[in-house]
Amino acid sequence: MKAEEYVVEESALAGWPVRFSSYRIGATWHCKADNVSPGATIAIGKGSSRSEAKAVARRAAEARLKRTRRRS
Amino acid sequence: MSGYACEDVLVSTEWVERHCGDSGIRIVEVDVSTGAYDEGHVPGAVGWSWRSQLCDTVRRDILSKDAFAALMATSGVANDTTVVLYGDNNNWFAAWAFWQMKIYGHKDVRLMNGGRAKWLAEGRELSTDRPAPEAGSYQAADPDGSLRALLGDVRAAVEAGAAELVDVRSPAEFTGEILAPPGLPETCQRGGHIPGARNIPWGEACAADGTFKSADDLRELYAKAGITGTKPVVAYCRIGERSSHSWFVLKYLLGLDGVTNYDGSWTEWGNLVAAPVQRGA
Repeated sequence: MKAEEYVVEESALAGWPVRFSSYRIGATWHCKADNVSPGATIAIGKGSSRSEAKAVARRAAEARLKRTRRRS
Repeated sequence: MSGYACEDVLVSTEWVERHCGDSGIRIVEVDVSTGAYDEGHVPGAVGWSWRSQLCDTVRRDILSKDAFAALMATSGVANDTTVVLYGDNNNWFAAWAFWQMKIYGHKDVRLMNGGRAKWLAEGRELSTDRPAPEAGSYQAADPDGSLRALLGDVRAAVEAGAAELVDVRSPAEFTGEILAPPGLPETCQRGGHIPGARNIPWGEACAADGTFKSADDLRELYAKAGITGTKPVVAYCRIGERSSHSWFVLKYLLGLDGVTNYDGSWTEWGNLVAAPVQRGA
C-alpha cells in the first residue's frame, strides 16, 4: 500500500496560517494540520473521504488555535 | 557531490527504498507519538515515540545510558548497525534521536532527507506491520557532553559573550509575541529570547519538499545572520527538538566545531527567575 492523492493546501483558521496535508492509504483518508510557522502538527483527522478527514482535522486545529494568545 | 561536510549522515528516500530490507540496516520512524507510524510506515521500520521512549519520563532529561542501551537492544540495533531515522514534522524528532544516538556514541546513524512527508508524497510503499526484532545486546558509550549545552553552560556563555546563540523558533516566538507555536500549549512564563541570540528558524534550512538546502545556501543563511563558528555555537528552540535539526545542519552539513544543542531551550530559560530576556527582533 502507499499514500495516494497526496495534496497540500494552506488556509487560515482563527487568525493563524494552517497547512493541511491529506492523502488516502487504502480506503482510509488521512489529514494532518500543521501551523506552518514553525510547522508543528496540531491536529490529525481520519475519514472515508478527503473532506471528512479534513473536517475532523480542521475542527481540532481550530479549537487549539483559538487558545493561542498574542501578546502586545 | 552535495558539498556537505559529512555526506554519509544523509540518505535519500530512493536510497531507503533500495536498502530498507538489507541486513545490518535498521530503519526507525521517530515521531512525537506513534500515531503517524500506525497509519503506515517504511516497510521494516520500527517506531519510536519521542514522548515516551526518547525522554526520561520522570525528570526532564534525555534517556539514561542504560535506558538508551535497552531501547537499542529491543529495537534490533547493535553497535555496528546502520540506523536510518526519519519522521514527521520534517524530521524534528528524528533529529532529536540522531543527537541522542551521537551522545551515546552510535557510529553509523543517518537521516532520511525529507522525512515522512516526502516518502508519502512520492507514493512509496508503506506497511502497517510492526517488526519484532530479536532483542540483542548493545553497549552505549558514556554520554558525550560536548554535544549538549546545559543551563549552566548557556548562562556562562551569555555572561561572557562566549558563544553564538541560534534561536531556531519562529519569529513570533523569538520576539515574544507568542509563548508557544500556534495551537500548542504554552510552556513558559515569559516570552522573548536569550539576549544576543540570532533568529534563524529551523525551516530556513530546508527546501519546499523538506530536504536540506545546498551546502552553499546553508553557509550563506547562517553567515548572513552572523553565525560563523568562530565561537562555540549553541542552538535552542522551545523543547530542544527543532534545535536538534539545526544542530545537525550546523555540525554535520556545515561541519562547524563546537556546536551544542541546548535542549532545556526556552521552556527552561523562559521560566527562570531573574534570567535576562530580550523582547522584539
